[in-house]
Amino acid sequence: MTVKRIQLGAYIIIGVLLVLCFRLWQLQILNGDKYKRLSEDNRLRILKTPAPRGIIYDRNGTPLVKNIPFFSVSITTDNFKGIDTDSLSALLGLSKEEIDEKLHRKDNSPFVPVKLKQGLSFEEIARIEARRSDFPGLFVEKDVGREYLFGKVGAHIIGYLGKITSSQLSNPELRHFPPDALIGQWGVEALFDSQLRGIPGERIIEVDALGRELRMIQGSPPVKGSDIALSIDINIQKAVEDAFGDKAGALVAIKPDSGELLALESLPSFDPNMFSMGIAYSDWKALMEDKKKPMLNRAVQSQYPPGSTFKIITAIAALEEGIISPDTKINCTGGVGYGKWTFGCWKKGGHGPVDFHKAIVESCDVYFYEAGRRLGIDKIYKYATVLGLGKETGINLLIKERRGLIPNTEWKREKLRQQWYLGETYNAAIGQGYVTATPIQMARMVATVSNGGDMYPLSLMKGDSKPMGRVNLKPETIHMIKEALSGVVNEPGGTAHGSMSQLTVIGGKTGTAQVVGKKKGLAGERFMDHAWFVAFAPVDNPEIALSVFVEHGGHGGSSAAPIAKRAIEAYMKSKNGQEAIGKGQ
Amino acid sequence: MLKIDRRLIKNFDWITFLIVMSLAVIGIMTIYSATRPPLGVGGHPDFYLKQVLWLLISTAVLFVVVSIDYIWLYRISYPLYGLGLLLLLIVIFVGRTSMGAQRWLSIGPISFQPSEFFRIFFIIVFSSYLTNMGRNSVDKISMKSLFMFGILPLILLIKQPDLGTAILLMSLFVVLSLSKGISKKIITVIIIIGLISIPFLGHIFWEGLKDYQKNRLVAFIDPDIDPAGIGYHINQSKISVGSGGFFGKGYLRGTQGPLRFLPEKHTDFIFSVFAEEWGFMGSITLLGIYLMLFLRGLDTAMRAKDEFGRLTALGITAMFFVYFCVNIGMTLGIMPVVGVPLPFVSYGGTALLSNFIAAGILINIRTRRFELFYP
Repeated sequence: MTVKRIQLGAYIIIGVLLVLCFRLWQLQILNGDKYKRLSEDNRLRILKTPAPRGIIYDRNGTPLVKNIPFFSVSITTDNFKGIDTDSLSALLGLSKEEIDEKLHRKDNSPFVPVKLKQGLSFEEIARIEARRSDFPGLFVEKDVGREYLFGKVGAHIIGYLGKITSSQLSNPELRHFPPDALIGQWGVEALFDSQLRGIPGERIIEVDALGRELRMIQGSPPVKGSDIALSIDINIQKAVEDAFGDKAGALVAIKPDSGELLALESLPSFDPNMFSMGIAYSDWKALMEDKKKPMLNRAVQSQYPPGSTFKIITAIAALEEGIISPDTKINCTGGVGYGKWTFGCWKKGGHGPVDFHKAIVESCDVYFYEAGRRLGIDKIYKYATVLGLGKETGINLLIKERRGLIPNTEWKREKLRQQWYLGETYNAAIGQGYVTATPIQMARMVATVSNGGDMYPLSLMKGDSKPMGRVNLKPETIHMIKEALSGVVNEPGGTAHGSMSQLTVIGGKTGTAQVVGKKKGLAGERFMDHAWFVAFAPVDNPEIALSVFVEHGGHGGSSAAPIAKRAIEAYMKSKNGQEAIGKGQ
Repeated sequence: MLKIDRRLIKNFDWITFLIVMSLAVIGIMTIYSATRPPLGVGGHPDFYLKQVLWLLISTAVLFVVVSIDYIWLYRISYPLYGLGLLLLLIVIFVGRTSMGAQRWLSIGPISFQPSEFFRIFFIIVFSSYLTNMGRNSVDKISMKSLFMFGILPLILLIKQPDLGTAILLMSLFVVLSLSKGISKKIITVIIIIGLISIPFLGHIFWEGLKDYQKNRLVAFIDPDIDPAGIGYHINQSKISVGSGGFFGKGYLRGTQGPLRFLPEKHTDFIFSVFAEEWGFMGSITLLGIYLMLFLRGLDTAMRAKDEFGRLTALGITAMFFVYFCVNIGMTLGIMPVVGVPLPFVSYGGTALLSNFIAAGILINIRTRRFELFYP
């Protein structure tokens, strides 16, 4: 009996040991690989070290941006199963839904921690560090953000950084980037992102159970992005921002002998620093819904009737076609009758006998009605088009560029199924009616005219380029036009004489575009005319050509021309090394 | 009393001795690995040195135990048991609390757990009681003795609480009673009473548990409930064992222990550290060594020259086996987390000493199996 029971005991012992062996086999052999991976998960973390972005400089070497460190809190993926979302939400000041969404995103990788909140204050960091033991796997890490040193100035060109979007993440070029990385989303930041962004470093580290880093297993240092030098001059941008005050509008300045963009300002603007650590949705919504449309780049995305600045085109067409000579005089009586309508000159009493020079200097409408009548709309169309109006300039800012509109008889027949009327030619000859253009088109037009007809591709980067085309104009035409445009600013009767500069000889043409509704007697700023001014300087050997557009600015001469003068003088001073903006300001 | 005659040396049970020595050496090696500082920088905690010291003391004590005829244990079994109960009582009032349980007594610089020694006293006294009962009166385990050997020590242990020792005592009570040979009638009655009382006992048991013990039971049933919380021990232990694979990560190459993912790495979860470094092959070998220990123990029980020796040998073997099962079962995630060390391997001085004393008694019984015994 007893011996039997002891034998039974032996069988029980052997049986239990077989069960244990089976269990060992199950854990170590059947699922060995799974547990091996889990033990690696335990101790390994892959941390991405953001690469310092390349610095963006202006043409004078002034840095426009700076990389600044900021702090984020992340959690490792193997630690959030069963985490107390309630207290985590209280600790980080995020909603539970927000946290859940981040933790359970499909593209989360098992080794890469999930970023929960960016741009922590020091107070928040202290609070998180104090409660770290309650949330295993929670840790604070350093990120690199972007500071835009000039704030709103040049924001439409420089652009901003934003969180990488899911469609961008599928781009193989961006696969090294963690899901919350900041990359260029607008302007130059986006356009030259591949140069600027560099390659993030990667550190595979071993950690202990408290998530403390023990050592680096493998790592590659981040590679800094390349710096870029833009063609723009921040001094001009600043002067323009300042000169506009709280008016809306745009200024585009071009180097006539290379097509480099010297300035592109669209106002009102936005502060890209709002985006640099990830913008809050409410702020983004406010920006998008702002009635003043700060996110609209008025230099390329808005088109307006160019008003009298268009007379440059009509004048060139008339001289080139030989329908007027420099000495041709037309008598301005204050208006031209057409059927039951009268097309008036802005000067109520009329200019009297007007020659070519005076017609431009004093911007006589009647002279150009007559010139337009003699040319016909299709000739005007031809010259406007070769000077780049009615089509995209090709400036690449990753936004849809407006084309403006230059009408002709064919266009009207096709689009409106109507014949062309002479009255419409009168309107077009002075840049009203159907004619519309963007500020950047007008700037390029005046740049081309001022350099004698070479049309350069527009460029944001410093450097020489070859003209992409040439407008064949007679030297006499160019000479006459430039002489007249100089007179606009520098002769006592000129419409922009108030903006004559002591620093350089400016040539230009004012424009005032009527706002629909004004004639009906409606008043208020909303119905004030738009002001234009296109200019170049110095007249003899132009280094800068620009267009200024002031929304509801009133007269071009009083409202737009002074801004152009400020911009040109800023360029001249900065070129000569005066009033240069110190680095790092 | 201390006669060291030639037969003692000739018949000495070297096999059991070598088995427990090899287990203790494996233990020290694993403690060394488990407590090494991460990355090998910083001081190495001296746990393994303490264990070496305790092994030397324990070995000496083992030889002393072997040299004393075990008849003396029979003779002083009741005073020993009285002493054991007294120590359990004292520990409830003046014991030092550690890890949520009040188990430690300090005498001068030495701390020890009375329950470590109480379990041996229990085996001795219960064997002695059953021996005295005679072959034909086994059906009459009186209420008095049931209280003395069953309920009283259980109450004292649950009060600490020391779940591990309580489970051990219940198992030993059943094993020794059965081996003595209780009639089928009694066994049936005990089983029926047991089945009826399970819900009541279960309730009392559950209410009597501390929160951490309840959590461990919950975690055992579903370790994934909260991997960073109550199920953490089980999950990390399974990861350690599983990641060892077939050949293991290699000695001193395990990561789970030194990086502190594994709790109680050098005490209750030492097998996880061992299995991580030595893999399936090493684990099977270790289990094989234990199997030899158990079978040798049973063989000693069968060959014992008297009933007291037989029951004592059986009790000691059962004790090693129960601890072994509960501990390994826990590390493999097939038993709840009950703080029970792995005999001879886990870190702990008094545990090693008491296990060596128990092994010494086993060797003693086997060594003297040819001697005549006059009770």
